[in-house]
This record gives sequence, structure tokens and C-alpha cells, in this order.
Amino acid sequence: MNFLSQTFAVTMLNLRTIPQRLGSSGVAIIGIAGVVIVLVSVLSIAQGFAYAMEASGSPVRALVMRSGADSEMTSGLSGVEVDLMKQAPGLRRDGQTPLASAEMYVIIDIPKISTDTGANVPMRGIEPAGIAVRDEFSIAAGRMFNFGTNECIAGRGASVNFKGLTVGNTVVSGQNSWEIVGLFETDGSVAETEIWCDVRTLQGAYRRGNTFQSLLARLDSSQSFDTFRDYLTSNPQVNVQVRREQDYYAQQSRALTSLIQTVGYGIAFLMGIGAVFGAILTMYTAVSTRSREIATLRALGFNTTSVVVSVLAESLALAAIGGVIGGTLAYLTFNGYQTSTMNFSTFSQVAFAFQVTPQLLTMGVTYALMMGLVGGLFPALRAARLPIPSALREL
Amino acid sequence: MKFLPLLWSSLWRKKIRTIFTLAAVFVAFVLFGLLMTIRTAFSFGVEIAGLDRLVIIHKVSLIMPLPVSYKERLMATEGVSLVSHQTWFGGVYQDPANFFAQMVVEPEPFMKIYPEFVIPEDQVKAWLADRQGAIVGVDLARRFGWKIGDRIPITGTIWQPKQGQTWEFNIVGMYDGEPAVDKTQFFFRYDYLDENRRQGEGFVGWYVVKIADPTQAAQMGAKFDSMFANSSAETKTTTEKGFVEGFAKQMGDIGAIMVAILVAVLFTMLLVAANTMAQSVRERTSEVGVLKTLGFSNVAILALVLGESVLIAVLGGALGLIVSWAIVQNGDPTNGMLPIFMLPNRDLWAGAGLVLVLGLIAGLWPALNAMNLKITDALRRA
Repeated sequence: MNFLSQTFAVTMLNLRTIPQRLGSSGVAIIGIAGVVIVLVSVLSIAQGFAYAMEASGSPVRALVMRSGADSEMTSGLSGVEVDLMKQAPGLRRDGQTPLASAEMYVIIDIPKISTDTGANVPMRGIEPAGIAVRDEFSIAAGRMFNFGTNECIAGRGASVNFKGLTVGNTVVSGQNSWEIVGLFETDGSVAETEIWCDVRTLQGAYRRGNTFQSLLARLDSSQSFDTFRDYLTSNPQVNVQVRREQDYYAQQSRALTSLIQTVGYGIAFLMGIGAVFGAILTMYTAVSTRSREIATLRALGFNTTSVVVSVLAESLALAAIGGVIGGTLAYLTFNGYQTSTMNFSTFSQVAFAFQVTPQLLTMGVTYALMMGLVGGLFPALRAARLPIPSALREL
Repeated sequence: MKFLPLLWSSLWRKKIRTIFTLAAVFVAFVLFGLLMTIRTAFSFGVEIAGLDRLVIIHKVSLIMPLPVSYKERLMATEGVSLVSHQTWFGGVYQDPANFFAQMVVEPEPFMKIYPEFVIPEDQVKAWLADRQGAIVGVDLARRFGWKIGDRIPITGTIWQPKQGQTWEFNIVGMYDGEPAVDKTQFFFRYDYLDENRRQGEGFVGWYVVKIADPTQAAQMGAKFDSMFANSSAETKTTTEKGFVEGFAKQMGDIGAIMVAILVAVLFTMLLVAANTMAQSVRERTSEVGVLKTLGFSNVAILALVLGESVLIAVLGGALGLIVSWAIVQNGDPTNGMLPIFMLPNRDLWAGAGLVLVLGLIAGLWPALNAMNLKITDALRRA
């Protein structure tokens, strides 16, 4: 009990005198806050990108592409193949209609609003079943396009990031144009970066004849994937690969997400070293300006451990303040920040929003506390080892 | 210069503090070097993109092919000195994770239009003689341990060969070049692709045209685009520089993000260094008083304190820049995602400038305080 009350007394003394050392304490706080801001904001980019890609995949949907193709962009399926595939078992049917949409995926050049330079915006031609296959689809403004006409709808992310994608405008690609009649949402997934139209009009515009690039199929259940896949891959009339949609998107996001994360952790680690030095300096200063008080306490019989704990507590308190400030600023500045980048698998744009999640904030504050602990350790030991007579003589 | 020993000894007055300050500055400039390297990597070699080279792509998008017949029409245009075309092959070597760029080109115009790719004479001859020949960048060859004479199978994702499942290539040469040149590409011959692909014959990805007068770039671009207007494949022409910049911008503004992080880093380190200097000068108030009593002028005191702070910045900063430079020499750690991995000299000089600025700003306030100190006050406080 005695030890606890001693520790508490010294710690309170330390904490109460922080305002007297505002300058150097402020340096430690700002240093740590800076590290947390950088760590949290860089990782929120990776988080947002990964979310957009992962939200795109549903376990009850299968994506069929030509075997050997690594993305929808490079795939190609003939009309005959598509018709055969729609007869496959394991596929959900609405009455007599199979819930599968044969689609075309192309990119068109539209200026990005932020840079005013051309960007590869994906355009998808869908069949009427393409809406029923995607449960998450909803119209956010305007209306759905009519099949058989040169109308289209644009994703919300595309509309935010690229020029002229608003209801009433026209998308021009070469000698073809599509009137935008609505905006759609798909829970923040990649599809929101796309422009959708009738696959038949897109085939005509791109002179593709009766060919498609992929088939998106709604499975009976998540378990019927194997049935569906085995039927298609063992059928000699089609030359295709079948993947779960979520695997397809997860694979596309992996490279960029891990690159951003590596960069984020690397920078935060190096910056953290710098900030720890800042904290150490601050705590040394704190200890050396108070060496007389500390020596007096110890001369009065205060326990060495309580002195060590009190210095560590001060350092942790500064780190916690820095961590909370950094996390809050990162959240206020970056959460929901809309941007778009290029997905290298398809050379097309992906719009996404930075995501500062509670996990990231917890991680930021934990990292701050670790820096505080390391930063306080050496000064604390020094305070404990301070020779009492010479420290008292420093009067 | 005669005050250098004085500076040096005051620097080591409190060893631990000086070492930690040096370390903080050191880390800041290691980061500076690495962030600048990332920034350069994401600009995809825009520095070496030629102003006299124009890139002609399909108006709808880069992925739409252009007819090979455009070559003759471009060659016949006045003011055009060279025409070459390229096609993105997008194949997979062993595993999709082994990503690298494969480009389909016509060897002769390609080598003329890109003098920055340096290929030994005998290897050029070998390439012209071998239809299945491929020229690879030295970095790429090192990554997979390829040697001249190796036979490389690549699976096509866009084009399937008429026979078999994979495309086979013979490595007949390697190209090298300046640090800013991307040495991770794989070039092979258009005639090999065109004769053996199942579909898409007679189409190429895009054209690269060298024009005689770079100042005419805009007019030439407009001329090309009007030549092919109202055809089935309309074009969009930009300078190669504009093309590369546009491509880099599609990644998002990496440059701005890197600069924002750097500002945070340097600002933090500036605070740490300034705080240390202020502390160290405060502790030496009486010494400053003694120096002034001995006849040191105000300016000399100012210079001494500033000198000390600049010395810390220069020692830590120079070491940081050197270390980051050394790390970058090891090459791209991401397995081919950042082909141009270098720290440009321009950024090294900018870093050196920042080191000085950091030292001066950090020392300014304590130096002014020391300068304005009255001898009587200074001595009394001791």
C-alpha cells in the first residue's frame, strides 16, 4: 500500500508539473501525434482500397472467364459458349430464366476531375439478369436504363471522380454515345466505378459480334460452386475457368494493398524511431530539470521503483495524448476521403474512400504508447540512479 | 574555422542528447531519400520521356487496337522521321505473381526510336536473325537468373498461339541504360506474334512516332488525329511525356501524398532539433555570459549557436542521405512493382539544401536569445 501511494504521489507530482514544461512536452506530443497521423492515414488508404475490392465479391456468385485469362479485360467468350454455360447445374433459376449475366468489360477514356487528365474508366455491358444477380445493386438517382437503347447508368464512385458523369449527360466513346439516365450504388464496391449499359449495344459499338468477356452467375447456394465449376471445366465444348467472385477481386487487390501497407509500416517505423528520440529527449529534460526534487524525494525515503514508474507514467501520458490527437486528426481529415487509383490487373480505375477504422485507431494509439514506453525507459532509469548527494548539491 | 574545436566540444557537452538529436535528424533524412525514391518510381520515368516522341492511341481507350496499316500513312506524313508500334502482350511467366511488362515491337524502328536502350551490336544482329528472339532488361534478367540463349515459355492471356498453349522465346540479348531507364521489360518481335496468334491479326497496340521538330508536337498531333478521323479507329495523340504523366496520374497523386508525409516528418524533426538547441543554450547561459565578457561580439555568439545547430543537422542529415542512397542501390524490393527504383541527383541536392535550412531554423531562436542576452543577467543567473 505504501509503495502504491508513494508511486501515486510522485506520478501526480510529475503530471501536475507538465504545464511548466509545456515547450518540451509539446514537442514529444506533436512528434508522436505526427507518427500516428502518418501511420493511420497511409493504412487507411490500403484499408479503403481493400474494402472496395472485397465488397465486390459475393460467395454466392461465380465468375466465368476464358481459361488462361487473368482478368475480365483479357477474357473472351463466344455466344455459343455462354448459352451452354447457362444450362449448367448449380445455377439459380428464376422460373425458366437462369440468373446469369454474360457481360462485356471495356475501358473508355474520361478525364479525372482531380487532375483533368484522361483516365481509364471501366464500362460494363450487362444482360437483364445482371441486376437480379447483384443483390447489392440499387438506383441512387434517376432511373435504370432500358435494355435495347443507348442509355446507361453510372456508378456513384465514377460520378464523383470523373468528369461529366451525371444524370442527363452523355458518355461519348468514339462514334458512339450513351445517355446517362441514372446513378447506382453497390455498397461501395468496385462496380461503383463502372458505367453500365446494355451488353448488346456495347457489342455493336465495339464491333464484337456475338461475343462476351465474362459470365457472372448466381449460384444456388455457396456450396453449389463445385458442381457448377466441375460441370463447366469438364465440358469439352467450352474452354473456361470458373472462380468465386470474391477470390477474383481479392487476388486483384492483394498486390497494391500489400505495397501500401509495407510503405505505411516502413515509414511509421522509421518515423517512430525519430519520435522516440524526441520523447527520450523530452523525458531527459523533464528528469534533469527536476533532479533536485527527485533527489529530495529519494533522500526522504521514497522508493526507487515509484520514481521509475512515475517517469514512465508521465511519458505514457504524453504519448497517449499524442496518439489520441494524431488519431483524431487522421480520422477527421481522411475518413471517407474519395479518390481513385488504377487497378493494374485491368488497367482500369477503382474509386474508393479512405477508411479510418476503429482497428486502425487502436493500432495508432497502441503504437503511440509503445513509443512512450521506450522513450521513458532510459530517462526513468537515470532518475532512479541519480546520485542523491550531487543532485542535491546542484542547488 | 578556428572556432570549430569550440563548436565540437560544446556539441559533446551532453553526449546522449547530441547522439539522440543526430539520430532523429538521421532518420528524417533516410525517410526523405526513400520517399523521394518512391515518388520517382511512381512517375514511371517521366524524366526521360522524349519531347520529340508522340504516342498515338485509339481515341476510345488504350486497350483498343489500331490497324498496322496506319504505319505507312504515318511514314508518308511530312515532318515524321521515325514510326514504330508497340503492343502490350500481358503474358504470364510461370506464375501471375512474376509480373513484368512484355512488349511486342518491330526491332529496327524500335531500336532507332529508343536510343536509351543500349544493346550490344552482336545481340542486335542475333535479334534481327531470330524470329522468336527476345531482348530483356538487365534487371529483369537478374531477377529470374536468365542468360543469353535461355528458352522462356510465356502463357498468353490476351493472345493464344495457333499451336500449343504457350509462346516460346529465345533470349538473344539484354539491354542496359541510364539509372532512370526501366530495365525490367521484355521485348519481342511483332512478326512472331502476328503470324502465330489465333485472332487479332494486323492490329497493334499503339504507335510511337518521332517527329523532326519537337516544337511542332501539338500541330503534328492534331494532323495525325485528323488523318484518321471518321475511320473505324480514331486516334488520340499526345507527347510521350504527356502520355507517361497521364498514366502516372491514374495511380492517384502519389507525389502529393509523399510530399505531405515528408512535411510531417521534417516538421516533427525540426521541433525535436529546435527544442534540443534551445535547451542546450539555456543550460549554457552563464557560459555565454563569460564568452561575452571575454569580448565575443553579438554576431560571433549568433554564429556560434547557429553553427552548432547546423553542424548537428549536417552530420545527421548527410549520413541519412548517404544511407538512403545506399539502400536504394540495392534495387527494387517489391519484386518488379517499382521498375524505376532510383534516387535522382536532383532530390539529393534538394535534401542537402533542406539539411541546411533545418539546421538554421532550429538554431535561429536560441541563437537570437543568446545574442540578446545581457552579460549581467547571464552571469547572475548562474
